[in-house]
Amino acid sequence: MVAIPSRHKSLVLLAGVILLQVLLLAVQIKRDSQGRLIRVWTVGAMSPFQRAGAHGVGSIRGIWNHYFALQNTTRDNEQLRRENDALKLQITQLQSKAAEADRLAGLLNFRKLHMEVPMVGARVIGASAGTATQTIDIDRGERDGIKRNMGVITPDGVVGKVIESYANTAQVLLLTDKDSGVGALLTESRVQSPVGGTGEPLLFMKYVPNDDSVNNGEHVVTSGMDRIFPRDLPVGTIVDIKPGNPFKQIRVRPAANLERLEEVIVLLTLHPLELRTESESAASQQTPAAKPAAQVPTARP
Amino acid sequence: MNDTYDIRGSESHIEVHKFRAGAIIGTLLLVLFLQAFLPLYVPKAEILDLPLLITVYFGLSRRNPSTGLLLGMAIGLVQDSLSGPTVPLGLYGIAKTIIGYLASSIGARLDTEHPAARFALTAFFFAAHQGIVNLTRRILLGQPEPWFNLHLLTGALVNAFVAVFLFMLLDRLRKS
Repeated sequence: MVAIPSRHKSLVLLAGVILLQVLLLAVQIKRDSQGRLIRVWTVGAMSPFQRAGAHGVGSIRGIWNHYFALQNTTRDNEQLRRENDALKLQITQLQSKAAEADRLAGLLNFRKLHMEVPMVGARVIGASAGTATQTIDIDRGERDGIKRNMGVITPDGVVGKVIESYANTAQVLLLTDKDSGVGALLTESRVQSPVGGTGEPLLFMKYVPNDDSVNNGEHVVTSGMDRIFPRDLPVGTIVDIKPGNPFKQIRVRPAANLERLEEVIVLLTLHPLELRTESESAASQQTPAAKPAAQVPTARP
Repeated sequence: MNDTYDIRGSESHIEVHKFRAGAIIGTLLLVLFLQAFLPLYVPKAEILDLPLLITVYFGLSRRNPSTGLLLGMAIGLVQDSLSGPTVPLGLYGIAKTIIGYLASSIGARLDTEHPAARFALTAFFFAAHQGIVNLTRRILLGQPEPWFNLHLLTGALVNAFVAVFLFMLLDRLRKS
């Protein structure tokens, strides 16, 4: 221990005695907003060390956790990866359910708008095994009243027609099949012409003379002339027009998403019928007296 | 034990004085009593700081800084205790500790037996004492007071004048 020279002992004693009394004062003095002075001093003196200590400990802990204590990281990563995969799957399922709910809501809405038309909803359970035909299988059949040549639609537009009906399932020929066709007309020029499939995603409008004025983007709807589909159901939109001999070559993008069908509606009638527009349906629902009359044309087999 | 002895050898001939047994304690108690008692009947006596004069006297006489500062601290703390709740313990204690140290340090270097020297030193110590008290009030208590005014000057002169005669009385308590 360092010895204090005798001539400095009194100075050290003076400093110690004054320091003690200053501390004594600090214990007694109370600042209005900050409490006792000794507390203010103590906090003021300690806080830099506390900050430095916390920063140092935080840095050391960070270094330790990030560079040394990694023995559980692999296990944690695997667990997190598994959880991530599970969550992704869950999200996909939820998105699928949400999309399904949207589709079912669309079907239900369509059904409500056309209460007078006998129809049944069906789920797509299979597709054609080969590329030669464009068909789908649905989970409804004869027991549900489904017969051959009945029209199949979605709220977006025409899908095709039933080509085989079994007890509990049925097979539907899609509009894109090269043997498929539907009576159609253009919404603006009112030109009538059948629309058929080519085995490709786009449809083909067959008999439109070169003289007729047809525009790209024009909508194509059912004409009702095929006696399968009611009038004014969306068929598709014109996407390409080329002059041909003797008819124009018009390609139509289907209104219904025929490549991703999951639910469809089967029109349970083989007789001609008229689909009312949405405004007409709304008006009939507001006037109950008109309802029985509106149901008359909906002939059920 | 000798009554007096040379602190600087034969060159300066400054002596350290000893007092009769109980003289310091008795004087201290008497002075504190008077300090608390006199202003009740003689309001003007409030200007006197008798504990300070005692601190200065014994500091100058004993000429030992450690003893001087401890004596000053004791006197100051007792004065703080008797000064009521508005004066925190340590306010006069710090000031008188420093004055006790300074007085005994100066007393060890100068001959302070002459009345003129005593007058001047007491006036200086009074002003220094008030300065330390004011400094403590400003820094620790947040109570700024003027550094100098007529009252301070008057107090310094009155206390110095009283000190000349008081110190003569106290000299009688020394061991002969």
